[in-house]
Amino acid sequence: MDVLQRLEMEQLRLDMPDFRAGDTIKVHAKIKEGEKERIQIFQGVVIKKTKGMAGARFTVRKISGGVGVERIFPLNSPAIDKIEVVTRGRVRRSKIYYLRNLRGKAARIKERRTV
Amino acid sequence: MCDGIVGKKVGMTSVFAADGTLVPVTVLEVGPCVVTQVKTLSVDGYNAVQVGFGAKDIKRCTKPAAGHFAKSGGSGFTTLREFKVDAPEEYEPGQVLNLDFLQPGDKVNVSGTSKGRGFQGTIKRHGFSRGPETHGSRNHRKPGSVGCSAWPARITKGKKMPGHMGVDRKTIKNLVVIDVRAEENLLLVKGPVPGAKTGILEIVKVAK
Repeated sequence: MDVLQRLEMEQLRLDMPDFRAGDTIKVHAKIKEGEKERIQIFQGVVIKKTKGMAGARFTVRKISGGVGVERIFPLNSPAIDKIEVVTRGRVRRSKIYYLRNLRGKAARIKERRTV
Repeated sequence: MCDGIVGKKVGMTSVFAADGTLVPVTVLEVGPCVVTQVKTLSVDGYNAVQVGFGAKDIKRCTKPAAGHFAKSGGSGFTTLREFKVDAPEEYEPGQVLNLDFLQPGDKVNVSGTSKGRGFQGTIKRHGFSRGPETHGSRNHRKPGSVGCSAWPARITKGKKMPGHMGVDRKTIKNLVVIDVRAEENLLLVKGPVPGAKTGILEIVKVAK
């Protein structure tokens, strides 16, 4: 195999759950404050996932104090402790940017039934 | 210990550091290099080792080159480079040099030949500013005035002008070594290095 591909394969995290755009997830992010390390939970809706091997990313959006906050995480980053899937959402596109223009009741996402 | 080695550019990728930051790295395939000749102060006027990199069929080498390679074990090389050393008596022809002298965190200088850009104008070649695109302007990418008038009646030497760009020897200094994989002969340094993929590079450790 190509050396570059192999180097990227080595960095993949296989412990990540399967989730997609529309799902609500909890990201347990490690935050370093001086010497101490603590875990901060960021809960929100996944609005996009970008492809890539080690460079794959996902964006989580939440409404915090009436203001929309989006955070981009590298999927394979060692700074993520774990990801929990809260609910699975049913959406019809892979990038749900339209959510940015919606507020309150309109921004609800229907739950996806998984068998 | 010889603080230089020859390698080849594999390409760029990125790796995660321990704290989660993504570091852009260039992957280099480095060594193993074989000492083909030891140059000493008494014979050659300076102390250095000449090392060979990249296998080449000895039958494909010219007769003078094959004769030179015969003194160091008989295997041919595509590339020969020299590195200055303080103690040439520590080396003998045929000795194999590896990546062992580098550790993650070390700094290295990487030299190579930059990519060829062909004939380029002053904007790309020297970073000149461009003229206005519109409002009747006809000065788009012109170099502007190149000198004075009746005195000195010539253009000063070294004036930056359009011309051939690239294929120069370039050195990038103080690149941080991110990872050393001696068993695979791979070296990961932070940031870009000169030249195209498969380009030959000289890697020299920076003294602390």
